[in-house]
Amino acid sequence: MDYFPLWNSLRIALISTTIIFFAGIAAAYYIAKTPRLVKGILDVVLTLPLVLPPTVVGYLLLRVLGPNRLIGRWVLKMFDIKLTMTWWSAIFATTVVIFPLMYRTARGAFESFDETLADSARTLGLSGSFIFWRIRMPVCKQGIIAGCVLAFARALGEYGATSMIAGYTPGRTATISTTVYQLWRTNDDAGAFFWVMINLAISAVVLLIVNMLEGSRKRRQGA
Amino acid sequence: MSLSVHIVKKLDAFTLRADFETDGGVAGLLGMSGSGKSMTLKCIAGIETPDEGRIVLDGVTLFDAEKKINVRTQKRRVGYLFQNYALYPHMTVRQNILCGLHAKKDPHEREEVLAKVLNEFRIEEIADAKPAHISGGQAQRTALARILVNRPKVLLLDEPFSALDAHLRLQMQLEMKLVLDAYDGEVVMVTHNREEAYHLCESIAVTDSGKVSALRKTKELFADPVSFNAARVTGCKNIATAQKTGAHEIFVPEWNVRFTTEKEVRDDVKGVAFRAHYLHPRTESNRYPVHFAGEMEQPFEWVLLYRYGGQPEDTEPLWWRVPKDKRPQTFPETLGIAPVNLLLLYE
Repeated sequence: MDYFPLWNSLRIALISTTIIFFAGIAAAYYIAKTPRLVKGILDVVLTLPLVLPPTVVGYLLLRVLGPNRLIGRWVLKMFDIKLTMTWWSAIFATTVVIFPLMYRTARGAFESFDETLADSARTLGLSGSFIFWRIRMPVCKQGIIAGCVLAFARALGEYGATSMIAGYTPGRTATISTTVYQLWRTNDDAGAFFWVMINLAISAVVLLIVNMLEGSRKRRQGA
Repeated sequence: MSLSVHIVKKLDAFTLRADFETDGGVAGLLGMSGSGKSMTLKCIAGIETPDEGRIVLDGVTLFDAEKKINVRTQKRRVGYLFQNYALYPHMTVRQNILCGLHAKKDPHEREEVLAKVLNEFRIEEIADAKPAHISGGQAQRTALARILVNRPKVLLLDEPFSALDAHLRLQMQLEMKLVLDAYDGEVVMVTHNREEAYHLCESIAVTDSGKVSALRKTKELFADPVSFNAARVTGCKNIATAQKTGAHEIFVPEWNVRFTTEKEVRDDVKGVAFRAHYLHPRTESNRYPVHFAGEMEQPFEWVLLYRYGGQPEDTEPLWWRVPKDKRPQTFPETLGIAPVNLLLLYE
């Protein structure tokens, strides 16, 4: 059995989750401070990938990253790197698709954060980075972890945008979801079923983790 | 040692105007909730920025709108006791206090101060507990300890007892008194509770929809509130507008009575007030017919409500507080009030 799709899916999901961990938190933190109008507009733009069909995201990504398009052409010329149809091309797709999940959960966590905690830390002379990493983040920990786990699960299952930008090349760009589709299409029912079961198992574990986090948060709040 | 605050800040509901100067000792800001007391503290701490004015602490300008000075909160050296104490929920009591000791680099010294303060505030046995598992009194002690180890130049107390259960409040006030007596910096305490203010503050500024008045000595303020708002927040129940009718005489249209006063009445008198304890059935002066309008039983007192004979029914009744054992057998037909107990209001 060739486990490449599992390994490939996991690395794509892990890398894109790491990226949106920082990007989503930074966006949530800074956008929460902007004026209401700006916040409203940015909120819509940043949440769009959540509601758009993944094929639309894939199409839009190809419009900018494709070898004959603005960024794709420039990178190809300058670095001789083709941005599409490699294993890491899928990272572009998953990152865009899962970004809103992280952004919204992190923002929800930050919005329920009691600002007097930050204010009191300032009066004690504690630095901004101490307040962020040692007070704000730990207090919002559960929401942020839940966002990461959800984003990771979604990245693992990404199909539409991934298949458009990375395609399906066995052993090179195949992920679990593209493999399931390919095996089913070629009448390899047993193979497709095997990968479906793997995907089910991973997703179940992830949702279990999310529920455990939510449960312990509720207990802590005394609900 | 002094803190001078002269600021203006526009808010949604009103414009905050604070003008006061402390002269050592504990200064209180007394007023109803939403009157701008907490906002004043936040401006002193640098959490909020005033639109105009200046704030000077011990000769150091913390804020000056004209000179564009606005010292960061981190550099202001203020100790701010938040209403909810703002303990970090993921840290133990010990770790919370260590946050106030971050400037001390020597670990031995840090541990020494920590041990001392844990002992002083009697929180040794909960040192490793998280804030969710300690009592309200312990939370306040922890927050105070965290602030005091940071050696602030001014202590800002925002409704320090409002988060506590009633039975703890008095005890924590006694403890707070000891802490404040031992502290040698400026103290500004915000409260809506006149007993707390009377007990802990040497001088008090009253607040009224954004206006923070100058500080007055606590006893003077309670003895002669001068303004309608001060009369109200110091607990006067019987307040009405009044007109001057003689050097020692006023007329109160709302009650339709004429009062002789001990103090000479200035031409610009606007109102009169007297405390609910001072109505008396046997006082001969300022004695008028009254009729009964209701009563409230309290643990150790009765509040008897009356209206004067000529007083319209749709106006607030008079409050008369009587200790339980002094409650009259038959309700009096007339009530008097000694001229010395009439407070004249001018603003």
